[in-house]
Amino acid sequence: MCGIAGIFAQAGGAPPQRVELERAISALAHRGPDGHGFYQQGMVGLAHARLSIIDLAGGAQPIHNEDETVWVVFNGEIFNYVELREFLQTQGHRFYTHSDTEVLVHLYEHYGLDFAHHLNGQFALALWDQNQQQLILCRDRAGILPLFYAVQNGRVVFASEIKAVLPVIGGIPALNPAALDQVMTFWSTLGDTTMFEGVRQVLPGEMLIAFDGGIRKQRYWDWRYPSDDDYHGTSVEQQAEELRALLSDATRIRLRADVPVGAYLSGGLDSSVLATLIRANGITPETYSIRFNDAQLDEGVHQQRMAEHLGVQHHQVQCSEAAIGREFPRAIWHTETPILRNAPVPMMLLSGLVHARGAKVVLTGEGADEVLGGYDIFKEAKLRRFWARNPKSLWRPLLLKRLYPYLEFNPARAQSYSEAFFGTGLDQPNATFFAHLPRWSTTAQSKQFYAAEFKARLNTDPLALLEQSLPRDYAQWHSFNRAQYVEAKVLMANYLLWSQGDRMLMANSVEGRFPFLDQRVIEFAARIHPNLKMKVLNEKFLLKHAFINQLPASIVSRSKQPYRAPDIPAFFHDGVALDYVDALLADDVIKRYGYFDAQKTGFLLKKIRAGRAIGYKDNMALVAILSTQMWHHLFVENRNYSEFIRS
Amino acid sequence: MSIEQQVRDYIIENFLFTNDAAALANDASFLEKGIIDSTGVLEMIFFLEQEFSLKVADKEMIPENLDSVNNIVRYVQSKQAG
Repeated sequence: MCGIAGIFAQAGGAPPQRVELERAISALAHRGPDGHGFYQQGMVGLAHARLSIIDLAGGAQPIHNEDETVWVVFNGEIFNYVELREFLQTQGHRFYTHSDTEVLVHLYEHYGLDFAHHLNGQFALALWDQNQQQLILCRDRAGILPLFYAVQNGRVVFASEIKAVLPVIGGIPALNPAALDQVMTFWSTLGDTTMFEGVRQVLPGEMLIAFDGGIRKQRYWDWRYPSDDDYHGTSVEQQAEELRALLSDATRIRLRADVPVGAYLSGGLDSSVLATLIRANGITPETYSIRFNDAQLDEGVHQQRMAEHLGVQHHQVQCSEAAIGREFPRAIWHTETPILRNAPVPMMLLSGLVHARGAKVVLTGEGADEVLGGYDIFKEAKLRRFWARNPKSLWRPLLLKRLYPYLEFNPARAQSYSEAFFGTGLDQPNATFFAHLPRWSTTAQSKQFYAAEFKARLNTDPLALLEQSLPRDYAQWHSFNRAQYVEAKVLMANYLLWSQGDRMLMANSVEGRFPFLDQRVIEFAARIHPNLKMKVLNEKFLLKHAFINQLPASIVSRSKQPYRAPDIPAFFHDGVALDYVDALLADDVIKRYGYFDAQKTGFLLKKIRAGRAIGYKDNMALVAILSTQMWHHLFVENRNYSEFIRS
Repeated sequence: MSIEQQVRDYIIENFLFTNDAAALANDASFLEKGIIDSTGVLEMIFFLEQEFSLKVADKEMIPENLDSVNNIVRYVQSKQAG
């Protein structure tokens, strides 16, 4: 994995300066500690910070084609580069390195803008076509790797992270109020919006083409589901076999590296399937896990059982509340956005363990829930629909008690209340966002802490905005697939792969690889009938069915435990806050930053200090407020874009 | 302090995060107003058990007992009388 940055001066824009490229790329040193490379000619400048994984000796970037008219800087991996290279060589292309990067320039020469269709990988790239005088920015399908840009004074400034764009565009960054409101609804921003006014992201599956006269965007891939009942017609056994084969191959090509490849092992189904597939490919990976002191959150028993089953060397990082509190500021510096739960921080501690062990690449099971139907909200929605068919039924809502068996403060315990919560939208089971409404309305409760002046600046409805972005045939899809689509495009792309994924991995120069997000797996899974994804209330049924004979029974049969981390306890010990928490949540600082109401925040702090803030809502409100304050402190006040880079 | 005042103060400060007494009417439904959600009700039960030395049975965790200041006052009084 690497970091990329660059500048393209369109009509009237000042040509890029070397010092600007250096400034940008130095903010990405954590992504690429193994060297820098630059290309600069006339109106374009490209920069690259390298983390060596493939072709350690010859893979320095930027890389060019035979006559040096096409140049590329690239962050990521093209897993089918071996096959692409063979094909391109038969077509007469000559290669000067052994890196996967080089296939990009030749593939572009061969197919033009269609080149992205042929890539199987995770990537964010910038390709300069000197003959056409156009710059192409492009991201992978699922959104594994990031790419941000700003258009300012006739220039397109882009980089892997926003902190590398900011020093080039200059000025004092400003928070985009609509973006914060989106985070306070969905856990993430929507679409190309970022927390920073004027900075956008290239969307997953999208290509941005910048030329002298402007910019145009082109979508080359999206999540699609059958609108005409066109599901796989084969038997369950045949579908299980095909899924096994696809996942096996998706894993096989993700083991291509010139350094050892490890694996994250959460103790859940997905990572266990993955580790099994790695073993089946003849490799015994070292595995890595997060442990928590709180028995409610810890999955150590299952991790250990799986590690023993696989016979792997297993490593664990104990994520104490103190460690999470200590690392929180650095995590926000990496996420570049407020967060609602502390869940990203242990992921950063975990990549820290991988780095400390001297490893650079890990495979993870991320994506399986979205692709194969594992989330509780999918189950919840199915139950709520079942209930909606007979809203007066007394026993239908009792099924809700089957959800969340792992929670101490089980929301289903007090039935009348769980009915009130899960009953949200029960009168409109065909609503566009039926599955997501309970989660979003719970999340939105943190908005009660907005300062009145900030609230007055909000003039868009986040749900309406999301609705506008849905594909034309969305309404024709099965309700289960609709929920999958929204989950993949919003929570997964803009939170899980961002705040909890790439940014936490790259904080410690570790590359994650995601076999469940291989497009062949995604496209095959899209045509698995929802009843096979969730058979009655058994989530990821086909995946379990496909691997039932290869996994310990306890792993297959255990109920899914969503990954969670301690929130409030990370910041308060015996009612006493960490120093930075006190400083950022002080009345005058809250007022100066202007996002939240100081009095309300004060009452929340009082409740926390008294040990009474135990609920989901208070924990989420505290993390939301604190992370927003931290974001402002780091990016608006301090503006030290190298603050957490290790020397 | 009356039961009503104690309950009002608690709800206003801990769920509405304010000290504005006008923010809460005694007959306002906590669920309808979005004041208390399914985990919030457990917080409130802890509060009631602690402040009024009573034990809330599972079957008593119903809106008729817990969904407004008036309902809570009536419920607490009936528990104390019993």
